[in-house]
Amino acid sequence: MPRIRRELYNKEICACSIFGAMNRNGERFTGEGVMLAIANMHVRGNGLGGGFAAYGIYPHYEDYYAFHLMFTGRSLQDKISAKKELDGFLSRNFDVVFDEEIPHRDESTVTDPPLIWRYFVLPKKEGDDAVLADEDYVVSKIMWINTKIENAHVFSSGKNMGCFKGVGYPEDIGEYFMLDELYRAYTWTVHGRFPTNTQAWWGGAHPFSLLDTTVVHNGEISSYGTNRWYLEMYGYACTLQTDTEVIAYAADLLMRRQHLPIEIVAKILAPPIWNAIDRMNDSERRLLTTLRMVYAPLLMNGPFAVIIGQSNRMIGLTDRIRLRPLTAATNGDMFYLSSEEASIRLISPKLDRVWTPNGGEPVIGELNSMRKVLQ
Amino acid sequence: MKSFVFPEFQIIRDEEKCGQCRGCERQCAFGTHTYDPVADRLISDNYKCVGCQRCVIFCPKDAIEVRPTPSFYRPNASWSREKLEDLKKQAETGGVILTGSGNDKPFRIYWDHIVLNASQVTNPSIDPLREPMELRTFLGAKPDLMDISVKDGDVEIKTSLSPNLVVQTPILFSAMSYGAISYNAFRALATAACKSGTYFNTGEGGLPLEMREEFGRCAIVQVASGRFGIDAEYLNCAQAVEIKVGQGAKPGIGGHLPGEKVSAAVAKTRMIPMGTDAISPAPHHDIYSIEDLAMLISALKEATNYEKPISVKIAAVHNFAAIASGIVRAGADIIAIDGLRGGTGTAPKAIRDNVGIPIELAISSLDRRLRNEGIRNKCSIIAAGGIRCSSDVIKAIALGADAVYIGSAALIAMGCTLCQKCFSNKCNWGICTQDPRLSGRLNVDIASQRLSNLLSAWSHEISEMLGGMGINALESLRGNRDHLRGVGLYEWELDVLGIKGAGE
Repeated sequence: MPRIRRELYNKEICACSIFGAMNRNGERFTGEGVMLAIANMHVRGNGLGGGFAAYGIYPHYEDYYAFHLMFTGRSLQDKISAKKELDGFLSRNFDVVFDEEIPHRDESTVTDPPLIWRYFVLPKKEGDDAVLADEDYVVSKIMWINTKIENAHVFSSGKNMGCFKGVGYPEDIGEYFMLDELYRAYTWTVHGRFPTNTQAWWGGAHPFSLLDTTVVHNGEISSYGTNRWYLEMYGYACTLQTDTEVIAYAADLLMRRQHLPIEIVAKILAPPIWNAIDRMNDSERRLLTTLRMVYAPLLMNGPFAVIIGQSNRMIGLTDRIRLRPLTAATNGDMFYLSSEEASIRLISPKLDRVWTPNGGEPVIGELNSMRKVLQ
Repeated sequence: MKSFVFPEFQIIRDEEKCGQCRGCERQCAFGTHTYDPVADRLISDNYKCVGCQRCVIFCPKDAIEVRPTPSFYRPNASWSREKLEDLKKQAETGGVILTGSGNDKPFRIYWDHIVLNASQVTNPSIDPLREPMELRTFLGAKPDLMDISVKDGDVEIKTSLSPNLVVQTPILFSAMSYGAISYNAFRALATAACKSGTYFNTGEGGLPLEMREEFGRCAIVQVASGRFGIDAEYLNCAQAVEIKVGQGAKPGIGGHLPGEKVSAAVAKTRMIPMGTDAISPAPHHDIYSIEDLAMLISALKEATNYEKPISVKIAAVHNFAAIASGIVRAGADIIAIDGLRGGTGTAPKAIRDNVGIPIELAISSLDRRLRNEGIRNKCSIIAAGGIRCSSDVIKAIALGADAVYIGSAALIAMGCTLCQKCFSNKCNWGICTQDPRLSGRLNVDIASQRLSNLLSAWSHEISEMLGGMGINALESLRGNRDHLRGVGLYEWELDVLGIKGAGE
């Protein structure tokens, strides 16, 4: 019997800045403001990772899954051969309606950028896969690419949205991808990174995403090993060498596949303590006890503040004892989440309301209507 | 026949200190000490001493010392003293050598080669004296998902849930039957379990009628191959039912409670005639295959109205992970695995010392197996056999166990010194005997207090270690091998444990 190799996975550890801005009316705006805001938290990062998620940027391809691919490797030759393999795989499993290299400023200061490409695709389901829902099919193919094709990583895969990320300060990454000029989104989430190991790679930057769910995260997930095995049982391959991706996969599992509302999901990821649960009324106690019993392996332990983006909402959540900062604010239709209030004030000096959410208590900005977005 | 085996222990009495009170004489059920009225002094017979240290601790003058004898056979790496003496004993008796408690051979103790993690800088460690630290654990099957419906803000759970045991600390008392241990020891375990929010396991000897109402709420009752003491009330008064298939100390063989230990009360509880040997067959004679086990699981669920989780206890042997996977599919809610160093009241020494695999490796391979098959949430794992301290518990959980059973550790808390003479019915500590003169020595209140103290101390230590890792709920450590590193282990051992080497 072949010996099973032990799991030599790596968990990257990082502290960070996070920022999110959403127009709840679905009106789109460029990345200029959020780039300013994240630059204001420059010292929370160390230039080893920055990234953006933008919702509503591909209205012309809104029905297609927008895959953002990263081809890494020492030489151009490695990158091109990874792309060749990926192109072959995509053409066998998807109808690719359009693809191009993602435009960027060559004169930017970022170092060692990989080859970054986007594909707009529709699933081509055949054989055993025909019974799968589109999204399950897409997820399974992404997991295949990320584990089986060396040097190719799908880092964005939703519809009418996209992630842009790399090694550098977030404002430099924004510059590199020209987010202030080329794209207009109704929700932007941003991340500036301070990893404690220096082997930064482009795939390790935030956001982490699966379909239209994106996560930017400040913190360290001490429960990573536990979360990981549970998610692996449900077919999620944790390949990006970081703890943040488990949040994205947990959100996908609970919200998309198990149809649980975000309020419940928040109670799974950051449940109240037993002392509090034991004092609740019967029905609440029963619900929360059951949630903790069934979903114990998905409790996210350790310090974290996250912004989870989805097509129709932006969610802020901290760990249950709130070991990382998060500030929420509103101004008219605008909804902001940030590690620091100053960054929000920088781009929106006047605010209707500013508050610090309690630990484990989600703050949710819902899109009023999808209609505007689709115009 | 003259025995050619010389004494194991040497008793040294300080005649200056000895006050001839004859306390040692009364304490020793093996008859080691006798009083010589003519000389007005106590004489000790080294040949009878089992090294249980009872007389040493209870001598009011601190006049006795019991130490390993300095006598030796000519040193020989192959023919150790133990091997030589065992052989002599068999030449003298023609019998199987019996022993008690767990394997005492120097097999590698993996706990001592695994180190834990702690937070530094990037992740604050948590002070359990200031912050909540949660050890509450649910044991039983969990559904794959929760189907809920939300109506006017009220959330209704639509998924039907399997019954689960709730423990406030992930430490349960392992199966030790009334019969093997004394009534007082048995009752002390039950009392401590109820007090500390955990469970005791009745073992295969039934649950005395008068204990059912008070202690049923913290009892796991066992159904073993001898089927002693089982009736509908026995099954239903408890919180869970455990089918005992195997035991770590003696995988593959049954049990034998000698007739001397079958007192009137033991006989009544076991539903057998007084003074008869209570023999548990090696296999269950209604379980010759996995489908037979599935039927027994179903029968017990039916008998308990699907209100109790059903546990199946097996010994960790070579191919046990695949077997355990089958047991989960057969409907078990809990798998209890008992490792190489698990204890026993009586076992043939050859079996105790040579059969089974270490629990550390077993936990890891079972957890991995169930995860790979996607059924880890269908059952809980209770690990048993060789848990000695709180760090063993926390390492077991990080390797994938949900909770642990402690047997020897609990007995030691009550006074046991692991003299390995449990089968003799002469336990001087009153734990492993049915002799009323001896069992009366064990005070239930004091013994249960000692057990509760042990659970409390270990829980505090577990909280400290968890907090140090920046984790405030035990469930976030379960199967979280990232918090473990191996020191001084071979590559294959790290592979089986699924952990990195220190510094990797």
